[in-house]
Amino acid sequence: MENNIIGTSKKVERRNFLKKIAILALAPIAFGFLGATDKLKTIKKWMLANGYIPSNHKWGMGIDINKCIGCGRCAVACKNENNVPKEPFFFRTWVERYRIYEDGDVQVDSPNGSIDGFDNTRTTNQKMLRSFFVPKICNHCDNPPCVQVCPVGATFKGEDGVVLVDSDYCVGCRYCIQACPYGARFLHPETHTAEKCTFCYHRIVQDKLPACVEACPTQARVFGELNKKSSPLVRFLRMNKIGILKPSLNTEPKVYYSNLDMEVR
Amino acid sequence: MKNFLQKIPEQVKRLSILLLVVVIVFIVATSLLTPKDFGLVGHYRAGAIQNNADKKMQYAGQEACADCHDDIWKTKNAGYHKNLSCEVCHGPSANHVNEPDQFKPDKPRDRVFCPVCHEYNTSRPTGFPQILSASHNPRRICVTCHNPHNPTPPQTPKECSACHAEISNAKSVSSHMDIPCTKCHEASEKHKLHPREYLPTKPANREFCGQCHSQDAKGDKFIPRINMTTHEPRYVCWQCHYPHLPEAQ
Repeated sequence: MENNIIGTSKKVERRNFLKKIAILALAPIAFGFLGATDKLKTIKKWMLANGYIPSNHKWGMGIDINKCIGCGRCAVACKNENNVPKEPFFFRTWVERYRIYEDGDVQVDSPNGSIDGFDNTRTTNQKMLRSFFVPKICNHCDNPPCVQVCPVGATFKGEDGVVLVDSDYCVGCRYCIQACPYGARFLHPETHTAEKCTFCYHRIVQDKLPACVEACPTQARVFGELNKKSSPLVRFLRMNKIGILKPSLNTEPKVYYSNLDMEVR
Repeated sequence: MKNFLQKIPEQVKRLSILLLVVVIVFIVATSLLTPKDFGLVGHYRAGAIQNNADKKMQYAGQEACADCHDDIWKTKNAGYHKNLSCEVCHGPSANHVNEPDQFKPDKPRDRVFCPVCHEYNTSRPTGFPQILSASHNPRRICVTCHNPHNPTPPQTPKECSACHAEISNAKSVSSHMDIPCTKCHEASEKHKLHPREYLPTKPANREFCGQCHSQDAKGDKFIPRINMTTHEPRYVCWQCHYPHLPEAQ
């Protein structure tokens, strides 16, 4: 009885009711829009101290296997440039030798990551079919498995496509080392944080080439922008037949190989 | 209202207070512990990019060398080593660029460094100049004969074997050992400077081999002869016979 009386006295007009509903429905959208534009501004503005704007770039590397002579100068330059531990199991880049024999046997080796060179001595009497060197490096995947598994957000793909490690944030759990299908990561023995190739980030933000590209005596490595037509990398992609490592994993690497052999893993 | 509060059971009240405390602690803790720049450009600390970019450069890049050593730079860029960056041999030299007098770059002068690239290795691409350091003037250091900034051999390579060692090794044990490379391949002088741009010629037809191996060819009678019309006329010779080692099966 009481309920009925209250209901009739506080009757809401239909027009007012619809107005309020409309405002209520639009308000969060408007707020959301404002917030989004705000965020968009910060993203566009964000740059490094020297004025390098990551979102203006997209880096990649091309490697011509036919040109690699296996001298290992890239691995040496990388270790010098990035203070990689000198012990022979820590590499940001290294060179592998593939030897394919007539009976289909494939031998892959990389003694000290190619730094001491490769000797010609053979352990088998099989007849060689073909042999070549393959430089390896972090593929800077566009869809990086290592970033997906990092539990603390310490490894990430920057807006310029370079996969970096935040060594202040890394807890050293090694998930990323497990997740990388290319074996490009290692745990630094002193800092106990994950380490990997950064395309020499400190160099490329200053318009310099990565140390391995700078040091390669035969120009087997090409570095440049992926979305600028004039870059040497785009020229490399235009002039060569290109392959990538482990395409079946859909990691979309940004390291492109020309003259890639089917036996290369 | 009072009625409503009284109706809530005691345990629910206490639990909700606890929940509230947990939520507040969580919010305060995350706002204190998460760096300000986390999530600014993505799910990561934006400052980490700056940290990565702040590392010290060790390799100055060859343009930096050219500023002072422009004479050597010009010599190098005119020779075979034009694609080499100075720091491949001289080592990381950013320190030397900043303080030229205090830091001197390396000068590898032994017989160990040059063979890193130029020692013969079966896996190296053909055409890359390679030597067997055990037999190539042993005990003499490379720079006595070769100027590393313009590494033209003391004499222009008399033999093609300077670069094509594998082919020349095979040919040297074959019955073709006495035939000079130029009998079948015409290589211009430019091939020595730009090996890939100016390729030597190759024989194009059966008649070329037939100059020696056809039945009516002149020459020594111990050269194997074939009947050019009946001997596999649909193939060119090198599809079955390897010209640099014709004995091979």
